[in-house]
Amino acid sequence: MKSLIECRDLAKSYRNGDLETPVLRGLTFTIADGECVAIMGPSGSGKSTLMNILGCLDTPTSGTYLLDGRDVSDLSDDDLAAIRNEKIGFVFQSYNLLSRTTVFRNVLLPLVYAHTSRAHRETAASKALRTAALPDTFWSYRPNQLSGGMMQRVAIARALVNNPSLLLADEPTGNLDSKTGESVLAALQALHRTAGHTIILITHELAVAEHTGRIITIRDGLITEDVTVSRPRIAKTA
Amino acid sequence: MTILDLVEETATSLTSNKVRSSLTILGIVIGIASVIAMVSIGQGAQGAIQSSIEGLGSNLLTIIPGTAQPGRGIISSGRGTGQTLKNEDADAIRSLPGVAALSEELQRRFQIISEVGMNTNSTVIGATDEYLGVRNVMLSSGAFLSGGHIRSGARVAVLGPSAASDLFGTDDPLGKTVRINKIQFRVIGILAAKGGSGFFNPDDTIIVPLSTMQKILAGVDYLSTIAVTVTDKNGMTEVKDAATALLVQRHRVSDPDFSIISQADILGTLNQVTTAFTLFLASIAGISLVVGGIGIMNMMLTAVTERTREIGLRKSIGAKSRDITVQFLAEAVVLTFIGGMIGIVLGSGVAFVVSTFGGIATRVSLSSVALAFCVSAGIGIVFGYYPAHRAARLNPIDALRHE
Repeated sequence: MKSLIECRDLAKSYRNGDLETPVLRGLTFTIADGECVAIMGPSGSGKSTLMNILGCLDTPTSGTYLLDGRDVSDLSDDDLAAIRNEKIGFVFQSYNLLSRTTVFRNVLLPLVYAHTSRAHRETAASKALRTAALPDTFWSYRPNQLSGGMMQRVAIARALVNNPSLLLADEPTGNLDSKTGESVLAALQALHRTAGHTIILITHELAVAEHTGRIITIRDGLITEDVTVSRPRIAKTA
Repeated sequence: MTILDLVEETATSLTSNKVRSSLTILGIVIGIASVIAMVSIGQGAQGAIQSSIEGLGSNLLTIIPGTAQPGRGIISSGRGTGQTLKNEDADAIRSLPGVAALSEELQRRFQIISEVGMNTNSTVIGATDEYLGVRNVMLSSGAFLSGGHIRSGARVAVLGPSAASDLFGTDDPLGKTVRINKIQFRVIGILAAKGGSGFFNPDDTIIVPLSTMQKILAGVDYLSTIAVTVTDKNGMTEVKDAATALLVQRHRVSDPDFSIISQADILGTLNQVTTAFTLFLASIAGISLVVGGIGIMNMMLTAVTERTREIGLRKSIGAKSRDITVQFLAEAVVLTFIGGMIGIVLGSGVAFVVSTFGGIATRVSLSSVALAFCVSAGIGIVFGYYPAHRAARLNPIDALRHE
């Protein structure tokens, strides 16, 4: 299978005055198209920094990162924005929905920045909301009228709307109770299984990570473990 | 991001905080409204002064004794004290080419008592039969002084409308008598109202024959004013120069001991004054506009801080710096635009109220509206740019983590 993500010697350090703090110290791995991978590690391990780099929100200090065959380790902010718009869908722990706009408008927002036609936006947003299994009665609601699980589904729909190559979920169940979290994981698994989306799940919980097919464990900026899960857990839909 | 998207986004964010948006708009409204009102009052005053000066008679040269002193302007000259301007000077000027008509005048203030017992302190002008034409004054009833009255030194008077009502109330003064300096005069005519020109109210005057004024009332042989109308407006300068030369020669002086003021000079000076006045008012109003602009900036900066996470999210889903800048700039510009619109309406309303109830003529000119409009849009851009730029520069990672 063709590799979607290829990282070679990826390193990131933050300068604070004269002090240079390394956060990532040379990571080399590849993730194939259509894989579902968990990146796991305790807080301070560097997994958030890695997710920022993989999500093209940040660039590495050294090393290369090829996304879909393109070197994105040295692009300008606006070029990175274009890549995020086109290739990456984000699901955040705290949903990050715009509270003042409707669910529907929240979902089609990435397409606003992609300069697509209005008609296309609406069909794409409807499709994404259906894929994320959000009933259409809620489409005209505002996010603050929804439950946490629903909000995360809206966020998933928004991540899907531009048909991205990569879905990055940063602790998607972190703010949810275990039952609702389970249903969100089920939604993600369904996306992987039926639509073949590449999903990277960032988490610090093994129980969550075990829902994926492969677990990369990071500790102190280095990969300590990269294992294939022989029998991923199947999340129960609520 | 298309224009329509921008409109939607802007509408959403401005309506989601209505109180704050309206207060910010209010700042701009006050600024723009005061600029419009102040400028229109200033321009109206300018127009009013202009027309009342022109109403005093165009093509008019006024010769007065004494020279205008530097720094004190042409208004306060030695009129009333200089005794150098004589009747013979007037006769000499009358024969100059380009002179259409000439009015010799001597004016003094006197206490005047009417036969019904009312009294007033008013300007008494000794004049000739040419006064009406030169001074552009109309008669409302009765007759004006005739050549016979002038020659014989008749004790007759023509009252200005204010003087007439001060002396006779609602009674008809025609044929009745007034006493000026204990000398009895018969009222033969009433002037039509002309309106004040600011410094001197032509309605509050009493006109008597020049000969009577010089010989009986004042006991002098000089004139306080010679008013000359010129046949051709473009010939004003030539007539002025010729009259100057003539009088210098007649008075046997090296420098003029008199002043010749043309209506255009007065108009020019007053225009300068009113322009300065308008500018002064407008700049005071401009200060409130700047304060309004700072209000916009303040609101937008608060909005940027409040919406840091939103900006982070927008960036993470693909908004470029430009998209963010444009979005915030649009909000600022829309606020000032709305404020500007309301301000123009409100300012015109104030101008209207002032001219209706305040008695000051106002004129809302298209140029002041256009200026206010451009200024308000400019304020939106200038004061909105910094917050917008700050929003656009936010790092998406930090912005997303912002609490």
